[in-house]
Amino acid sequence: MTDPILKTHALTRYFGALKASDAVSVDLRPGEIHAIIGPNGAGKTTLIAQICGGITPSSGRVEFMGRDITGLTTRARSREGLGRTFQISALAMEDSVLQNAVLGALGASGRPWRFFGPALKDSVLRDQAEDALRRVGLHDHLHKRTAELSHGQRRQLEVAVALTLHPKAFVMDEPMAGLGSGGSKQLTSFLDGLRAEAPILLVEHDMDAVFALADRISVLVYGKVIATGTVDEIRANAEVQKAYLGEDT
Amino acid sequence: MIRETHLNIGLVALLMAIPVWALIADEPFIITLMTRAVVFALAAVGLNIALGLGGLVSLGHAVFFGIGGYAMGILAHHAQTYTPLAEWPLLIEGTKSMPVIWLAAIIASTLAAVVIGILSLRTAGVYFIMITLAFGQMFFFFAISWSAYGGEDGLSIYVRNGFPGLNTLVPVHYFGLCLVILLAALFLNARLAKSPFGLALNAARQTPARVETVGLDPTRLKLVAFVISGAITGLAGALFADLNRFVSPTMFSWQLSGEIMIFVIIGGVGRLFGPVVGALVFVALEHLLGGLSDYWHIYLGILLLLIVLFGRGGLIGILCGRERVHD
Ligand SMILES: Nc1ncnc2c1ncn2[C@@H]1O[C@H](COP(=O)(O)OP(=O)(O)OP(=O)(O)O)[C@@H](O)[C@H]1O
Ligand SMILES: [Mg+2]
Repeated sequence: MTDPILKTHALTRYFGALKASDAVSVDLRPGEIHAIIGPNGAGKTTLIAQICGGITPSSGRVEFMGRDITGLTTRARSREGLGRTFQISALAMEDSVLQNAVLGALGASGRPWRFFGPALKDSVLRDQAEDALRRVGLHDHLHKRTAELSHGQRRQLEVAVALTLHPKAFVMDEPMAGLGSGGSKQLTSFLDGLRAEAPILLVEHDMDAVFALADRISVLVYGKVIATGTVDEIRANAEVQKAYLGEDT
Repeated sequence: MIRETHLNIGLVALLMAIPVWALIADEPFIITLMTRAVVFALAAVGLNIALGLGGLVSLGHAVFFGIGGYAMGILAHHAQTYTPLAEWPLLIEGTKSMPVIWLAAIIASTLAAVVIGILSLRTAGVYFIMITLAFGQMFFFFAISWSAYGGEDGLSIYVRNGFPGLNTLVPVHYFGLCLVILLAALFLNARLAKSPFGLALNAARQTPARVETVGLDPTRLKLVAFVISGAITGLAGALFADLNRFVSPTMFSWQLSGEIMIFVIIGGVGRLFGPVVGALVFVALEHLLGGLSDYWHIYLGILLLLIVLFGRGGLIGILCGRERVHD
């Protein structure tokens, strides 16, 4: 078995008395999509924020490419190669679609201290940005103000910004939310191909997408991983059915 | 709706035409008023970089304006009294040369902006406003108590400082000098806004979490913006003191910080020529209404209220609509 790229060791996080993460140990192996599913409030976003930065675990560690990154800042983790997308779009709403993507390319270049030449005329940044936008199908909207995009298009732009970073692992928080069935089918097939570039830790509510994509699934309930396994194993797991999937599966 | 570029060209034309007219009509006072507007505009261009691009609501920009003013006052004072500024560890003499004074004003306000910026940017929102205001008050009271340089009375200089090749005592010469500096600052501001730094700063204002996620430091971006901003306002302070041939602690006052912010808000926060419109309107009101009533600020207040309530983009927003996204 190949070594995992990303691994959490017993991540635990309290919010007051609430245990939002309870000794969560998950890992992500090269080439795979590892889906994290769980009901609302299960602690999925809290887990992602501990992996990518933003929330400090009460205890436990995050290991990325063999290195302990628990103490690193969000930006350092990004530079190490973690590409995160947000559940609630964190985009520059007043800026154009292209500008948001160029921001990603600029971050990846690590050279923001240039004060004179126009960013959008920098061919390296621009090519990277346009390339990412083309891949998610937003290339026709380059100069649209982000605030004018539909909810689904914002989700696509989130993914595009992560693409510009050329990360070593993607960590995506519900990229399909609000996409509609057409959009989510399209994104499903896109993510299917993307795993060859970098593995994806995928938090997702859309079960069709999860069952179509995931190499492995972990089920999070009340902050705790109650099961990890292949799609078939999870489907067959009685505890999961009781806690989460309900009768309709 | 007017295209913003057309409006900007019109404004530059106006800035040139009024003094030319005043020259022909022999109205030197109008030229002085226009110089005042241009220098205020420059101060506000500085603030607009912090406020408009960086979203930093600094109510302490008079600190930099005052530092620039005192850089002029102190250097010229030593030159006209033939006393050195310092003898140890190295001899520093006063000067009456504008370029040297400007350099000193820029360096001093840059240093102040680094320190104030580092401390203030640890906070955000209302606390940021308060801490910048507090720095303003500190400098104000320090200047009052600094008796070596006039304390409360400030410093006067006998003749305006010199610039190679110009007679700065002629109002239109000095006006031209200030206008060139303003236009240069606007040009740099325009380039900055579209540069990689400007793009990142814009995003840091709107969504700092995103900026961090792409591996950049939003606080550092804002700090650099604050420093550039302070340096420009500092240069404006030196020009303002030279215009009046006088500097006093009022240049550090919170009223002045408020006025610089008012210029930006009237014209349009984040709009390139917002500071120019704001400063022109302010100086015009001050001149036209100030003659009628001591309480002309009431009218300014009403204007400000209307703009904040009904035209979030300032006068430029009312005339030109929302800013276009760059392509
Ligand atoms: N900053 C916070 N302070 C206090 N409680 C929090 C905080 N963030 C999250 N929580 C709580 O922790 C629990 C887990 O929240 P989290 O957002 O991780 O859930 P989630 O699985 O992502 O849910 P959803 O499917 O709705 O996105 C919830 O009960 C939430 O209210
Ligand atoms: Mg969530």
